[in-house]
Amino acid sequence: MSEHAMNFMPSEGFRARAKDVVENPFLRQSFRGAMDFLINKRITQFPNADELETLRTLGEQIRQYNLGKLPSLLVQLEESLTRNGIKVHWAETPDEANAIILGICQKHSAKLMVKGKSMVSEEIELNHACAAVGIEAMESDMGEYIVQLAGEKPSHIIMPAIHKTKEEIARLFHEKVEGVDYTDNVDELIQIGRKVLREKFLVADIGLSGVNFAVAETGTLCLVENEGNGRLSTTAPPVHIAITGIEKIVEKLDHVPPLLSLLTRSATGQNISTYFNMISGPRKADEKDGPTEVHLVLLDNGRTQAYADEQLRKTLQCIRCGACMNHCPVYTRIGGHAYGTTYPGPIGKIISPHMLGLEATATMATASSLCGACGEVCPVKIPIPDLLMRLREESFSAPHANPAMVGQGAGYSGLMTSVWKGWAAVYRSPALYGMVTWLGSRFSWLMPSKQGPWTSVRVPLKPAPKRLRDMLKERQ
Amino acid sequence: MKQPESAASRPRDVYFFATCVVDQFFPGAGMDAITLLEREGIRVHFPEEQTCCGQPAYTSGFPDEARKVAAHQLTLFPNDWPVVVPSGSCAGMMKHHYPTLFAADPVRKAQAEALSARIYELTDFLVNVLNFQPEDKGSDCTVVLHTSCSARREMGVHLTGRKLLGGLGKVTVAQQDHESECCGFGGTFSVKQPEISGAMVEDKVKALKATGAERVVSADCGCLMNILGHAAWKDKQAGLTKPSLPGEHIASFLLRRTSK
Amino acid sequence: MSARDRILAKLNAAPVLPKAAPEIADWYAAHRSAETTAEKSARFRGCIEFAHAEVYAVSNASWPQKLWEVLSAKQLEKLLVAPGTTHGQRAIDVLSESGIACRGYEQKIEDWKEEMFHDIPASLTIARSAIAETGTLVLWPDAHEPRLMSLVPPVHIVLLDASNIHNTFYEAMTAEGWADGLPTNALLISGPSKTADIQVTLAYGAHGPKELIVLLIGDEA
Repeated sequence: MSEHAMNFMPSEGFRARAKDVVENPFLRQSFRGAMDFLINKRITQFPNADELETLRTLGEQIRQYNLGKLPSLLVQLEESLTRNGIKVHWAETPDEANAIILGICQKHSAKLMVKGKSMVSEEIELNHACAAVGIEAMESDMGEYIVQLAGEKPSHIIMPAIHKTKEEIARLFHEKVEGVDYTDNVDELIQIGRKVLREKFLVADIGLSGVNFAVAETGTLCLVENEGNGRLSTTAPPVHIAITGIEKIVEKLDHVPPLLSLLTRSATGQNISTYFNMISGPRKADEKDGPTEVHLVLLDNGRTQAYADEQLRKTLQCIRCGACMNHCPVYTRIGGHAYGTTYPGPIGKIISPHMLGLEATATMATASSLCGACGEVCPVKIPIPDLLMRLREESFSAPHANPAMVGQGAGYSGLMTSVWKGWAAVYRSPALYGMVTWLGSRFSWLMPSKQGPWTSVRVPLKPAPKRLRDMLKERQ
Repeated sequence: MKQPESAASRPRDVYFFATCVVDQFFPGAGMDAITLLEREGIRVHFPEEQTCCGQPAYTSGFPDEARKVAAHQLTLFPNDWPVVVPSGSCAGMMKHHYPTLFAADPVRKAQAEALSARIYELTDFLVNVLNFQPEDKGSDCTVVLHTSCSARREMGVHLTGRKLLGGLGKVTVAQQDHESECCGFGGTFSVKQPEISGAMVEDKVKALKATGAERVVSADCGCLMNILGHAAWKDKQAGLTKPSLPGEHIASFLLRRTSK
Repeated sequence: MSARDRILAKLNAAPVLPKAAPEIADWYAAHRSAETTAEKSARFRGCIEFAHAEVYAVSNASWPQKLWEVLSAKQLEKLLVAPGTTHGQRAIDVLSESGIACRGYEQKIEDWKEEMFHDIPASLTIARSAIAETGTLVLWPDAHEPRLMSLVPPVHIVLLDASNIHNTFYEAMTAEGWADGLPTNALLISGPSKTADIQVTLAYGAHGPKELIVLLIGDEA
């Protein structure tokens, strides 16, 4: 979609990629339309402001309570899952996670893996790792399937192909799927996908999925979905591998209903998803279907860094509903690909620095007007604007010992720091402020007509000829 | 009809914290706000030493610099009077972020908390403290109201501006598309990400103009600087000499409508 | 040190920030009032029909007849059933006389996976219970009525006793004591399979059943 290729330094090409989308009226309109649709769907699910507010508070409490006990809950989850016959693996890095998954595949001489929707598998670039050893990793969520056919990445965590029109998808299917005539009828397109993928589910050796909630007390992996591909991925193949970040854990089963309700209502404006799949073990001896092996990979990938800091820990409250991106005026203008990270939008801006380091991601924290729309809709009340300000501080402050984050100080500039120090020197001193603003008002005609990026779409700023304090004095 | 307020709930004195933007760029709006308050029988005190709330540095990731500037403002309001601020975002900074900013300094934190409780955004103060309901003396007109994100989400005073305009009998308030969406200002955001900020203000100005309203009013001069700055730039591009979207601070509009 | 030990060591080194346990029961008590069976039944029906499921009110005596009518109307000539269950057996008894073949799920899936994916147009299962506020069926597949029955056939028919409808998901799991033991796979199903992944246009029958039919057993019918 862009000549500004994505790379491992999402910060670097960010402005250029954003500009490409901003200057494309067609893409602008299509993102706006899709986000409006999701915003309006969400509104219909929360007719009662009090119910919404108290439920968000409850969601926040549930997430914070469970994060507060995270290390012991992980151990409890491991015990429960093991008791249920689910094998638990731990991975600190994407490479470790890929090695674990490929190891399981190779033990079973797997050739084909079908994948339910999993953002964590995107995070570790599992498809590349599979391809490198000759295993076909096939996305089965319709949006993910489309994106994979096109050789792209998801542009939204809930709606992966939201950047594509049905006509583009029609051409894609016609070109890439054998024996398919051009049709831009959405029902027909979905049936084409269904037919192709059913054959894959039938013969796949491995099914891979993410996890929405992992319940420690019962040893249960919960999956939320509408299409049935998640259920097929976790039920039809002989082996199921689930992968999740270490933060997706709840202690009690009864923590699930409020979070599920917040998740589906916030994400797509559904009171519940079509399927809620709770997996507590592989097939038992007397059962006739289901995988004979179930594995769970618990991934760190920077989450422990966020966990170590009281404020940054709130990042981990996220339940991945995507409402923050749906309501973000920046995401709406530039779409998901411009970010260059697995997770786009407001949540991407605050979680990606822990995964990729601030050096690679710091620019993104500046790409926010701090309007607060994300924090306002977040179903678990993550203070996203505050976290963005914190990330700005971590990035711009001079490098120091024992930083809270990898890449702290990456955006440090002696010049910028001096500018702000100078600003503070003026504004903390009434005398200096008085002198500088007096000069500004008297010599406003000296203000340049070009004021950097400000005047790219605005007229120059000009101080008024008299300040308010001057007017008040004259009045006396 | 104006309801008489009891003297007890109606303060005799208030402080006025103008904000640096109003002081330097929109002094007329500051004067009009002060005049409005005085017309309500309130003595308005303008501490001469005031400068800026510190928000520009705070939101840019320089809390130390913000703290130095904010610490200076903390000392300016010794009496227990309300502090009225003609800007949602600066009021939000003083009300909601000062206590956090000084979290590590118990003395200043206590000062910040005490001040926080006395901070009022102007329209909130007019509606909820003064029950401001003067007679509309202007002729029929249609305006459109832009509410800043801070006023809406941080201060929760998005209804007060609408209520003030609704009290003017001959003023129709038009409804713009995507009303609650940010105008794209965001302080240093507008120069750090000019393409995105530019796209946001472009859409905002289009939506405001599409209402056909004769002017835009707002209680935040930061947004006005951005919105009017872009509208004027567009006019210049199109060779227009008369502004296609004039605008002003809500205090100026209210004063004009309710003065003889 | 293993990855496990390193991760746990990092988490254990982090500040301990204990938080009070969430008051979940209180929230539901304050926001969800109890309802009669009739109210719950009506709400369940409204919600699941909104999600494009078909619902038929039946009685315990009449459901096999309705099952036959539905299959006939849709010209479905084969039904996957669970012979080890009472309802499965009843379906076999009634349908065998009417020209609709009943296929029992009797082998391990490996022995007939192709047939399951290509030659089974419809299935019948029972719902353990249901949830009124979201129009949700609760299924606990087991050795007799395995997981794929409710997933692979394009038409899924479900028997539900109206007296088993709970107000909320929370009520269902607490009243039924789920935390004391869950099956290998528990399912909430709230309509036929669907997707909005192409231009946010809703389309049914993405990967799971294209049609979901509920035979709602109540007093009337």
